[in-house]
Amino acid sequence: MATNADQPLSFPADMIRVLRADGTLDPEHDPHLAVDDVVALYRAMMRTRFIDERLVMLQRQGRIGFHIGSLGEEATILGSAWAMRAGDFIFPCYREFGAALLRGMPLQRYLDNMFGNASDNAKGRQMPDHITARDARFGSVSSPIGTQITQAVGFAWAAKLRGDDVVTLVYFGEGSTSSNEFHNGMNFAGVYRVPAVLLCRNNGWAISVPSDQQTATATFAQKGVAYGVHSVRCDGNDLFAVVSATRAAVERAARGDGPTIVEAMTYRMSGHSTSDDPNAYRVDDALAPWRERDPIQRVRSYLIKAGAWDEGRDGELEGEFDREMKQAIAEAEKTPVPSIDSMFADVFESEPWHLREQHQAVVQGPRPQRQH
Amino acid sequence: MPRMNMVQAINDALRLEMRRDSKVIVLGEDVGKLGGVFRVTQGLQQEFGEDRVIDTPLSEGGIIGTAVGMAMYGMVPVPEIQFSDFIFPAFDQIVSEVAKLRYRSGGEFTSKMVIRTPVGGGIRGGHYHSQSPEALFIHTAGLKVVCPSNARDAKGLLIASIRDPDPVLFFEPKRVYRAAKGEVPSEAYEVPLSSAAVVRTGTDVTVIAWGAMLYEAIEASSQAEAQGVSVELIDLRTLWPVDIDTIVTSVKKTGRVVIVHEAPKTCGFGAELVALINEKAFWHLEAPPVRVTGFDTPFPYTLENEYLPLAHRILPAVLETARC
Ligand SMILES: Cc1ncc(C[n+]2csc(CCOP(=O)(O)OP(=O)(O)O)c2C)c(N)n1
Repeated sequence: MATNADQPLSFPADMIRVLRADGTLDPEHDPHLAVDDVVALYRAMMRTRFIDERLVMLQRQGRIGFHIGSLGEEATILGSAWAMRAGDFIFPCYREFGAALLRGMPLQRYLDNMFGNASDNAKGRQMPDHITARDARFGSVSSPIGTQITQAVGFAWAAKLRGDDVVTLVYFGEGSTSSNEFHNGMNFAGVYRVPAVLLCRNNGWAISVPSDQQTATATFAQKGVAYGVHSVRCDGNDLFAVVSATRAAVERAARGDGPTIVEAMTYRMSGHSTSDDPNAYRVDDALAPWRERDPIQRVRSYLIKAGAWDEGRDGELEGEFDREMKQAIAEAEKTPVPSIDSMFADVFESEPWHLREQHQAVVQGPRPQRQH
Repeated sequence: MPRMNMVQAINDALRLEMRRDSKVIVLGEDVGKLGGVFRVTQGLQQEFGEDRVIDTPLSEGGIIGTAVGMAMYGMVPVPEIQFSDFIFPAFDQIVSEVAKLRYRSGGEFTSKMVIRTPVGGGIRGGHYHSQSPEALFIHTAGLKVVCPSNARDAKGLLIASIRDPDPVLFFEPKRVYRAAKGEVPSEAYEVPLSSAAVVRTGTDVTVIAWGAMLYEAIEASSQAEAQGVSVELIDLRTLWPVDIDTIVTSVKKTGRVVIVHEAPKTCGFGAELVALINEKAFWHLEAPPVRVTGFDTPFPYTLENEYLPLAHRILPAVLETARC
């Protein structure tokens, strides 16, 4: 009987940081990104934030019902998604539309989901931001907290059983570490040494509950120690640190050395979603130190210092994002709502008698007075 | 008499019961400082402190499991599940433990508690903020299930539930949280469990509804009335144990019954009601009982008003039943 006595017992109290305040990189964990790649990631972060802000506006105008965004968490989300290889797979939580876009989900597809229209690949069945993007090797967002964690572990396990070189990344917030599924997922991941990266976005809050009310431990990463899952923490507002930590975890998984939990320290700069008013439970002052550590601003300073960017080009980017968003919104908004037929499709692969009966009755029956 | 919406009435019931009995505590996600995502517990933490209005870690299984332990100790927990769609991580605790503790311990222990949770659609919440899972709990022996439709009943039923010796699932129809406004006595009072309300008397068809769909049934009944069909409308208020006498008395009078609920049709509570009516009033029926319900599909986002059994689907069912 093998023992696990070789498992480390040390807690990952230190954080991986790379990008220093003066814009230089700490060589210890420097992921050695090419400048063009940093520019590409900067662009992706800017695009994600631009889309976020535009979607909040649409929600306030009553044109979409809901948005849950990633304001302040762009480096965590885009840096980690970028560190995945093309054949790897991502299980999302619900804030990671930026990762799906980075991996090739068309913007139009995203907007069709946001409007829940007939062109949406899930046929308007899910809430906004509950996207599915199989082409982008990106799973299907579900609201219940934590369910994706065990699923990702199973996906990674399957890849291992089939001998495929696929690493699976799963996103969740620090609040989700309290869920049943986090503990199941960590345990199975450890027991079967699956090639998975469990990425905990520690953004400080689970709706109104601060992270220190979620656990009695000093860090979330250290929970890995108890499960035999390698653990690291990184500065989640430092793009370079996130890429470095995630890439090391991917390499470790691909080598057959098993799963890693990465705790990325970041901050939720907006409300939980457009349904939430954070003024009811947190003071705006809490945001100030995090504004200083804005993940996009830090990369911008780095690029300017490296001579690879100037502020003027931000305007060009925004113009470009504005054009593509306007077009995608206009298209999504003029697309009709899904058909009644779509409500009965995909329950099963084909429609059994009872659904056929219900389906026909609706088609032949009266329409509701209000569509929404 | 003060006017309150359902959110305020439930808040008032909690406050009064917490003042009456220091063993009553509220626990759940975001219930403390925020006062709940629907603000139902607003202000309670200020009045009763962090030991009695508790923001828990994000785990429904943890919330209900610890509530069972507290109940065994003699406390009266009133846990909140943020949406009834998120009750399933606690399903094991509710079905295996809460429902069975009295029975399996020969009555030595009970899990007296009231699990409050918003239920139903109509807020553009998609699959996971819209479901109506009441039948799963009615099916589980040992649980009482309540679903008020208005502010006054909500307050009285919640107080009765908190004082009841057995575990109660208290479903709050979120679609009418703020819309169902009315006069609510300011003192504590009970609306007894297992007593339905006949909200409209009639002679031709009995319509049975509860929660948010009661308002759709009222609308459809008025429209039916305008077309010469007299409707007797029953608001069940307590789903289980159901007030069978009120149902049977009404069905014996009208001989016709339409049951409305948001949950999917198959094995929904309507199925049990039809079976009970067949058992107890079959020879009085003039027409087959009819169910107007959600469909046997997951709850959709964009087409939610097609999915819900709104007045436009209730009315034809009432007219057809009356004429057959
Ligand atoms: C099982 C379950 N319970 C409750 C909820 C309601 N809810 C949605 S998000 C959320 C907080 C999640 O916090 P965290 O995991 O830290 O992620 P974050 O939103 O901060 O990214 C809660 C309680 C849910 N979706 N699922």
